[in-house]
Amino acid sequence: MSGLLLRELRLAATGGSALLPLAFFLLVATLFPFAIGPDAPLLARAGGGALWMAALLAALLPVDRLVEPDRASGVLDQLALRGLSEESVALAKLAGHWLSFGPPLMLAALPAAALIKLPPEVLLRLELGLLAGTPGLAALSLIVAALTSGLRTTGALAGLLMLPLAVPILIFGAGLTGPDGNMGALKLLAAASLLLVAVAAFAAGAAIRAARD
Amino acid sequence: MTLLKLSGVACDRGGRRLFDSLDLVLEAGGAALVTGANGAGKSSLIRLAAGLLPAASGEVERGGRVALADESLALDPKLGLGAALAFWARLDGAEPAPALAAMGLAAIADLPVRMLSTGQRKRAALARVIASGAPLWLLDEPANGLDPDGEARLESAMASHRSAGGAILAASHQPLALPGAVRVAL
Repeated sequence: MSGLLLRELRLAATGGSALLPLAFFLLVATLFPFAIGPDAPLLARAGGGALWMAALLAALLPVDRLVEPDRASGVLDQLALRGLSEESVALAKLAGHWLSFGPPLMLAALPAAALIKLPPEVLLRLELGLLAGTPGLAALSLIVAALTSGLRTTGALAGLLMLPLAVPILIFGAGLTGPDGNMGALKLLAAASLLLVAVAAFAAGAAIRAARD
Repeated sequence: MTLLKLSGVACDRGGRRLFDSLDLVLEAGGAALVTGANGAGKSSLIRLAAGLLPAASGEVERGGRVALADESLALDPKLGLGAALAFWARLDGAEPAPALAAMGLAAIADLPVRMLSTGQRKRAALARVIASGAPLWLLDEPANGLDPDGEARLESAMASHRSAGGAILAASHQPLALPGAVRVAL
């Protein structure tokens, strides 16, 4: 299990795809004031939601490298031969994916918040929200990656599958950063995220098994 | 000790029956060579024996761990060959170095997997099987792309595996030196 997790982290680090979501997230934060205008109160009010949208799309970026390369190169078959269940493989992938994208995103939220002049208390709620919500986003992208592995038009289909399912995380995450955000939203966000994490290993495991045929 | 037992096995692919009522028993030291035209179901039989494909009917029993070499290499393309093999060897609790030497790959252990030629990739897949220490080897076209030296190394590896109590199920349309092997024609 730990060997699998280390391999996932190594793949994320050497593939350059760990930096891609970060760059994307920061780019959105940079572009947002250009689109909305430099009105500081407006930026502060809408900025949290914009950063959540960016986080959501950033989670979608590495979907095509999460499962498909391992399926195509036979790694998933070899793991199954060694008696590792598809669920534990999916769990290792989930942990590896979150570690390579959740904490870096929380770090990137600091300069991003500065770019759109988020007040400190909103930044704190954004960080708490990202801590609670990114595991759910990682779980969703893993499920979608497993479901779409072996298909040709992965990118567009993955977006269509994942974005509607991410609505609860987006609502509670953005709500938490809004002007009347409170800890109730954080609890609901954490609950939605927990549900996705709990389902992910089984759903992705079943999808990996189904893709084998 | 029985390492593989197929009883009355049938295989369907894409709604078509490839073969049925196939019986095969592989004891320690035994070997079976599957032959047949392209599309006859040789690779499907190998995957079925590995448990990666469900049998349409009949039963598949395995007596122990299984190692598979098919057309997919299953080695991380960016890693050096030695390091990529070491990943699987660690999972198997084994050492990759003797297997690398057995397939004549020791000199290129640092070469990234993506740089390997077709024959070297085949040797690497076979080295992964040798390093696994699994008693049952499932080899799908193991001699494809190998040069005469590679074939000789494959044959001596298979011979020493069988003399050490292992068994081999190989599918090939090329002649393969497996003395005393059961022939399965699909």
